[in-house]
Amino acid sequence: MTELADEIREVAAQYPESRSAILPALRLAQEHHDGWLPPEAFEEVGVALGLTPAYCESVASFYDMLHLRPVGRHMVEVCTNICCALRGAQAVVEAFESELGVRCGETTEDGAITLRAVECLGGCGWPTIVAVDDYHRRDVQAADVPAILEELRGG
Amino acid sequence: MADRPVIVLAGADEHDLTKLAAYRAVGGYDALAKARGMEPQAVIDELVASNLRGRGGAFFSTGKKASFIPADSPKPTYLTVNADESEPGTFKDREIMLRVPHRLLEGCLITAHAIRSRHVFIYIRGEYLEEFEVLRAALDEARAEKLLGDVTVVLHRGAGAYICGEETGLLESLEGKRGQPRSKPPFPAIQGLYASPTLINNVETMATVPPIIAMGGAKYAKIGAPPDSTGTRLFCVSGNIERGGNYELPMGMTIREVLFDLAGGVPGGRKLKALIPGGSSMPILTADEIDVPLEHDALRALDTFLGAAALIAIDDRCCMVQLGLRVAQFYMHESCGKCTPCREGTRWMVQILEKIEAGHAEQSELDLLLDVCDRILGHCLCPLGDAAAMPIASYVTKFRDEFQAHVDQGGCPFKGSSTLEHVFAPVNQHSHHPTVEVPA
Repeated sequence: MTELADEIREVAAQYPESRSAILPALRLAQEHHDGWLPPEAFEEVGVALGLTPAYCESVASFYDMLHLRPVGRHMVEVCTNICCALRGAQAVVEAFESELGVRCGETTEDGAITLRAVECLGGCGWPTIVAVDDYHRRDVQAADVPAILEELRGG
Repeated sequence: MADRPVIVLAGADEHDLTKLAAYRAVGGYDALAKARGMEPQAVIDELVASNLRGRGGAFFSTGKKASFIPADSPKPTYLTVNADESEPGTFKDREIMLRVPHRLLEGCLITAHAIRSRHVFIYIRGEYLEEFEVLRAALDEARAEKLLGDVTVVLHRGAGAYICGEETGLLESLEGKRGQPRSKPPFPAIQGLYASPTLINNVETMATVPPIIAMGGAKYAKIGAPPDSTGTRLFCVSGNIERGGNYELPMGMTIREVLFDLAGGVPGGRKLKALIPGGSSMPILTADEIDVPLEHDALRALDTFLGAAALIAIDDRCCMVQLGLRVAQFYMHESCGKCTPCREGTRWMVQILEKIEAGHAEQSELDLLLDVCDRILGHCLCPLGDAAAMPIASYVTKFRDEFQAHVDQGGCPFKGSSTLEHVFAPVNQHSHHPTVEVPA
């Protein structure tokens, strides 16, 4: 039995029905596969939870945080919903695009960073919200972008 | 400020209430002990007496909803907490989880006692990682101190889907499926999670329960704007405003007081143009409608809602067609695809708004847009379709001149200077949303 399967079964034990563990299981599988879900990940999750790989993929495709294509080692996500947008989110997006040389939805050639625009991150009073590897930075402005990228590239 | 009651966030400015010892030092978990010494029905009676209404936006009596859970169910009963806060403009539940996680947990345990449940699931949106970690640490502390009794509390992280904040979408997701809403009835109180009786409550609602039990429902019912809008709300102030953030205030203050007296007004000498109450799904108010008190009935009289207590200020630089387009893009992205009016209608809305903004729309398309909204409203299983149609229809109706100007001038009258000019929407970077052309 693999390490991933053990972890999935441990999580599944918390629920009356093991299928409930599919989101945590897919998240664990994603961590094991460099941040995305290749076809074999659905096999692994399916075997651990007694589900078909096709079912696992259909669930994964519903959720924005589960990635069906390869991503960079770091994920930078800029909220562009209305509250951040009213306060300059687009300038933050453009600063990341120009510093990284990619457009939203793309990954840098060296595989270091994926840039995404995302829907509301729930920090509307502290615009612009940028999620860096899932941790939220508040009050980000275009001028802050080079420092954020330097931090990621140094780390 | 001193005479304004602080209930949900009480003590959080003075102490680090994420730590169990600090929370207990301010009386934390005393209400749980008190509730466990009461009959479950007596706890529900206190909640009914407080007239606490659901803080997620539906504004239904929390006590009454709890009373719908059968007391003699042969199946297990479940308490599910909706921590999937995703409505643009709302960011209050995250502040509760970050600053008073034990008050939330205490509220869950009291409510579990009230409905004789031994199983609590907290469904927390996937994007709230830091909040999840704070809550997990608080739960570990509470468990180590044996405060949970015979109740299990599971923190369940979502994975990025607005629709999972809808209660039946949440249940589907928690059961390990795509988060597509169910038809009702049966209501969750009868057949919810795993087809068992299930109570679903919002984070702020749960965090308000311990203070109510501590002070008594009758006393709580006098705070705010009784009889219907009792107590405090965490108002989420955002947009073009000097001091954005959460403000816990008694219900009944006017929007103008909150925006201008507390949050510092609109910065840069700009003029307030419009205000979205409740969250992005709510009908908009014009700047001359903001003397309305923040309570349910007064906002209903203006054909809008208090919703999840968001206040999004919009200044005079914003093009309302662009606002409509960005809001419609959000709902198109988040539509789960189950009901045709919502799945197709949100796409039509986006395409018509794109044409209007580009200056290519014909006169008849303004009315076509309203017609599309009308054909969504009330025709879907869950409120997401309405959440898209209501705001867009209100922008067209209340700012008709501006929409008309786009048609008459063959383009945007802001000529590139609007605050929302060229905002990139995530829906445009995903390949799984095929573009459907609006037939001529």
